[in-house]
Amino acid sequence: MSQFLQVLLSGLATGSIYALVAIGFTLVWQAAQTVNFAQGEFVMLPAFFVLIGMSVFGMPLWIALIFGLAISIVVLGVLFKKMIVEPILPHGGITLIIATMALGILLKESVKEFYSAEAQPFPSLFPGDPINVFGAVLSLQDVFNLVISLGIVVLLTLFLNRTRTGRCMQATAQNPAVAEILGVNVKRMILYTFLINAALAALASFLITPVYLAKFSNGETLGLIAFIAAIVGGFNQIRGAIAGGLLIGVLDNLTAAYVTAQYRAALPLVLLIVIILVRPQGILGTSEGRTV
Amino acid sequence: MNAHIRKISILALLALAVLAPLGQGNYIVYVLTSWLIFAIAAMGLNLTLGYAGQISLAQASFMAIGAYTTALLTLSGWHWMLAMPLGLTACFVVGLLLGYPALRVKGHFLAFVTLAFNTLVFLVLRNEDWLTGGSYGLVGMPRPDFGLFKTMKQLHFYYFTLGITVLAALAMWGIVRSPWGRAFKALRENPIRAESLGVDTRRITLLAFAIGSVYGGLAGALITPLVQFIEPGSFGLAHSLRILLMVVVGGAGYFFGPFLGAGVVILLPEILRFTEGYYLIIYSALVIVMLVFVPTGLIGVWGRIRERFWPRQQVRADMSEGARLK
Repeated sequence: MSQFLQVLLSGLATGSIYALVAIGFTLVWQAAQTVNFAQGEFVMLPAFFVLIGMSVFGMPLWIALIFGLAISIVVLGVLFKKMIVEPILPHGGITLIIATMALGILLKESVKEFYSAEAQPFPSLFPGDPINVFGAVLSLQDVFNLVISLGIVVLLTLFLNRTRTGRCMQATAQNPAVAEILGVNVKRMILYTFLINAALAALASFLITPVYLAKFSNGETLGLIAFIAAIVGGFNQIRGAIAGGLLIGVLDNLTAAYVTAQYRAALPLVLLIVIILVRPQGILGTSEGRTV
Repeated sequence: MNAHIRKISILALLALAVLAPLGQGNYIVYVLTSWLIFAIAAMGLNLTLGYAGQISLAQASFMAIGAYTTALLTLSGWHWMLAMPLGLTACFVVGLLLGYPALRVKGHFLAFVTLAFNTLVFLVLRNEDWLTGGSYGLVGMPRPDFGLFKTMKQLHFYYFTLGITVLAALAMWGIVRSPWGRAFKALRENPIRAESLGVDTRRITLLAFAIGSVYGGLAGALITPLVQFIEPGSFGLAHSLRILLMVVVGGAGYFFGPFLGAGVVILLPEILRFTEGYYLIIYSALVIVMLVFVPTGLIGVWGRIRERFWPRQQVRADMSEGARLK
């Protein structure tokens, strides 16, 4: 029982980080019909910005984290939107998807060539001391990860539901034409969505990299899991992305512990195919009309 | 371009393909052969992406299915000509089974499902080592032997591959010009209109995907005797992406796009060898720049140049519009 609890809690901790990545993915999809295949690389990269801040500019960790967050918002938010999404979106969704795939390769290879192909240690933000919860041994890091990412989700939901800007963003996502008529600055709201996506990716990066080490290829699995979490939970819902992320984190850990470690990576994929067969709108999603 | 010039230029290209490897070293012939093989895989994906407008990220795993089926059968003594059709059938069936659920849903779900599928196939190939040899792969597959014409020599194998490629291209030409092919195009240009004219869009898309997968399988069946060594790593997601970029770079929806795209992707690393590790960086940056300015691919670049210097009289602008990704 205590082992089960331990597996469950550490699964929730990883899952909550997946949820952050999946939320960003969902937001950008809703606001700008952009399916970002480089989302995994967006999570891989900020950790390297922090490492550059520390090793090249000699910043202390906390300043380097702020530096990393700021650079991520500029590069992965503003530049991504202005230089890739805006010029390519008029050519169609598929063209944009392919461009983000190329961007993923570009980011990954650049880190590999210009920084390092080896996994880099990343300073842990919290003490890794083990603590005891009802007989389950947990690292304090997992607990902090869970608390912080859930905190970020709560703040984001409050922002989207309770502030004027947040509600304008929701209106933009639901119906850009009507939002524009009602005086919402649609372009600015879409830009905000990209900024939030970049910030969420950076935060997820800071939380997950101490566990996995900073490596150029980290994005491959993370990106895939974020898509799957978003689809499994429901592509058009923030809470769907949270549910999907947590579910995959927990199932992943349970399979590795009790069923098979060899096919651990296969589980989210099988889950994806089953969900698409049985409930294509996702567990919490509402179905959108099928446009031929 | 009028039909005459078209015919002559196709014949000239074919003659070039026959003459190109003569007097070249084994390595160049090998590179040319793999260009043809990847062109076949890209041709299949072009049907799915360029004509039916669906992204598939599983072309490498269909190559794997074709390659492993052919490899296992030829290793147990079958002739390649018998083993290959079985591999293709396997690809067709798997394509139908995979496409059916994905195409029930709108949007780009096929991209995600095929992405997942590619990873699954990789895991199975790596973990089930009683059948696939695990990460060590399979070695020593024989090359097909037709009595008088043996393909053990690199040059002979090149001509064998060229023959198969020409047959595959002719079959594709037939498909694209058949009622099915017209339906694929109708679907891409205007799905609502196609549906209202009685085209069963889901069935047609599914069929396009399955036929595209068969071409992937054929490429796999040819890779097996060419390299005579296959392992799971050669069929990973990165390779599916590579084939997808071939189609896009060449020009999705154009018949000759995949040949051009495969040529660029296979030959560019040889030309850019002096850039060493920076090759992929340069290449992916070029792809992004190309998508910003000429989303129709390199064939589209040629079209633009031609329009610029030899503009044609335009009768109806809406009819002259070329293929375009949605």
